[in-house]
Amino acid sequence: MAVERSLLEVNNLETGFRFGDVYHNAVDGVSLTLKNNEILAIVGESGCGKSTLATSIMGLHDHKNTEIKGEVLYKDLNLLDLNEKLYNRIRGNDIGMIFQDPLGSLNPLMTIYNQISESLEYHSDLNENQRKERVLELLNQVGIPRPEQIMKAYPHELSGGMRQRVVIAIALANKPPIIIADEPTTALDVTIQAQILDLMIDIQNETGSGIILITHDLGVVAETADRVAVMYAGQIVEEAPVEELFANPKHPYTRSLLNSIPHELESDDDELHVIHGTVPSLSKLPRKGCRFAPRIPWIPQEAHEENPVLHEVSPNHKVRCTCWKHFHFEGEEK
Amino acid sequence: MGFIEVKDLKVHYPIRGGVLNTIQDHVKAVDGVNLTIESGKTYGLVGESGSGKTTIGKTIIGLEKATSGQIIYEGQEVTNRARSRQKKYAAYNKDVQMIFQDATSSMNPKKRILDVVAEPMRNYFDYTPDEIKRKVVDLLEIVGMNSEAMYKYPHEFSGGQRQRIGVARAVASDPKLIIADEPTSALDLSVQAQVLNFMRRIQKEFNLSYLFISHDLGVVQHMSDDIAIMHKGRFVEQGSKSAIYTNPQHIYTKRLLSAIPDMDPTTRAAHKVERQRVEAAYDAQETNYYDPDGRVYDLQNFGENHLVALKPDEPNASLQNENVQTGGER
Repeated sequence: MAVERSLLEVNNLETGFRFGDVYHNAVDGVSLTLKNNEILAIVGESGCGKSTLATSIMGLHDHKNTEIKGEVLYKDLNLLDLNEKLYNRIRGNDIGMIFQDPLGSLNPLMTIYNQISESLEYHSDLNENQRKERVLELLNQVGIPRPEQIMKAYPHELSGGMRQRVVIAIALANKPPIIIADEPTTALDVTIQAQILDLMIDIQNETGSGIILITHDLGVVAETADRVAVMYAGQIVEEAPVEELFANPKHPYTRSLLNSIPHELESDDDELHVIHGTVPSLSKLPRKGCRFAPRIPWIPQEAHEENPVLHEVSPNHKVRCTCWKHFHFEGEEK
Repeated sequence: MGFIEVKDLKVHYPIRGGVLNTIQDHVKAVDGVNLTIESGKTYGLVGESGSGKTTIGKTIIGLEKATSGQIIYEGQEVTNRARSRQKKYAAYNKDVQMIFQDATSSMNPKKRILDVVAEPMRNYFDYTPDEIKRKVVDLLEIVGMNSEAMYKYPHEFSGGQRQRIGVARAVASDPKLIIADEPTSALDLSVQAQVLNFMRRIQKEFNLSYLFISHDLGVVQHMSDDIAIMHKGRFVEQGSKSAIYTNPQHIYTKRLLSAIPDMDPTTRAAHKVERQRVEAAYDAQETNYYDPDGRVYDLQNFGENHLVALKPDEPNASLQNENVQTGGER
C-alpha cells in the first residue's frame, strides 16, 4: 500500500485552559491527519472541543491562559513552535479560515475589495492591478453576482449568504492548501446552506486543497464530508469514512446522536432518543476511563476499557473504548 | 372549528425617508394570512429568515400590532387588544402563551425559578403561596427537573434546562395555545430531543395546541400535524404534514424540501443533482408562482386539507383585490 503523504498532521494535541492555577484540557489527546483533496468533518455537540481544536491549529490562543501540548505538523514544521510573526505567514497563506459568523469576521468599515486584497497585500507581491484582477476572479469563483459593484460595497449592504461568500473568498485569496471551516453554514438558511456547501465542494475539487469542516450538523456531514471524526468531551471517539460512519456507526455516542435526529413519528407514543445525563464540565472530566460511561449507566462497568484508546475495528474505521461491543440502547435487548 | 381564527392578517411596517421623514413605502412582513387553530393540534410554520413567521406569532400574542385583519378567539375579536389589560381580554392572555428561542434572555436573571414559573399563575389565579409552590414543583417535575431547581437562578442552568423551564412557565397559566418560536434552534441535538419530547408529552397531558415556528424542516416534520410554508409574508402552501412532505406543489416548497441535507451519504450525488434541478426550476418558473410584483398568489384548494398558492387559471382582476376571501379557511 502506497503511503499517502498527509497535508497536516496533528499528534496528541492537548489544549488546556487555565482555571485558577490548574489547566483543564478542552482538547485532550487528539491525533488527526488531513490529506490532500479531502474534506474531513469534525462533528460533536457544543463543548466537545471541536472549535478549540481549530483555533489551536491556527494558533489563536493567548499563551497566558492556555497550555498547548503535542504537535501540529505542516511541511515538516511544528506549527506550535512558531512565534507570532512566523505564524502570521502561515495563517491566510497556507491555512485559510472560515468562521461561523460572517458579519463578525468582516470589518464593517472596510469595503469588500479592501478586505480581500488585505490578505493579498500581506502574503503576495502582486501589484495593485494584479490584486484587483485577483479579487474579481475570487468574487466570480465564489459566485457573487456583479463583482465590480460588490467590490465597493460594505459588509452591511450584503445578505448573510453573500457575506459568507466574501469570507470564503478571503480564505481562498492566497490559494491555501488547507482550509479550516468552523460551522460555515450554521447561521444560514437551508437553501443558502446548500449553495455554500456546493461552493465549498466545487472549490475543493478545483484547488485540491484539504478542508477541515467543523460542524454540529450531521446532515451537513453526510452531504459534504469524505471522512468524519466524532468528538466527545475533548476526545475523538470515532473516526471513519463518511459512508461507513452512517451505515455502520459503532461508538455509543455516535449511535445515540444519530438516534436523536428528529424524524417522522411512527406512532403517537414514539419519542426521540435522549442521551442520559449531561456533558460533564471541563473541570469535572474524569481523567481515567471511558468518558461516555456516565451517559450509558446501564452498560456494565466491565464493558469499558480502563484507559480507552482508539481501536481500528475495520480498515480506516477507529472506535475508542471497547464498550461499543456491548452497547445497546436503554430498554432494548442487545 | 378552531378556537382561534386568524383572518387575512397583515402586518406592514412603514419605511420612512425623504426630507420630512414621511412614509415612503411599507415592508409587508405579513401580508394576508389565514389560520385556524384547533385544540390539541400542532401547526408548523416554516420559512426562511425574513419570511414573517415570527411576526405572525408575535401578532397573535399581541407583541406586534396588526395593520389589518382579525384575530378571533372563541368568537370574540381580540386583534391588538391582547396587551390592553382589560378584564374581558384576560382569558385570552391566559390561554395563549409563548416559548422563545433564547431562553436566557426571556427570563429575569434576578428572579428565582420559583418566581419565574409562578409569575403567570400569580397574574391569573388566586393561589396561596403554598399552592403556588406545590404547582411549581409539579410543573418542574413534568419537564424533568427536581424541586431544588425552584430556589436557583436562571444562570445556574444549562441551555436545555433553561428551555425546559421556559416550557414549564408557558404551561403554568393552563393555556390552550403555546406559540413556540424556534424553541430548540439554539440547542444541541440530544438536548433538542429532550425538549421536543417534553413538549409532546405536555401536549397530550393538557390537550394543548402549538404554533410551532421553525426554519428546521426536520423538527417541524417531527412535531406538526399541519404545516404552512411561508415566503415573502404569505403562505405559499398549507396543509397536512403528508400533503406537504410527500406531495409538495409550490416551487418554493419543493426548493425548501430539496435543500434539506440528506442523511445518506451514498445518495449524495443524486440528491445534489435533484436539488440543482429544483433550484433551476425555481429560477425559471418564478413567473408561474409569483405575480409581476413578486407577490405570492392567493391560496387555492388543491386537495383535501391541502392549499397551494397557484397562478389563477384565468387572469381575474378581482383576485388582485386584497379583500377577496380565498380558500384560507377550512
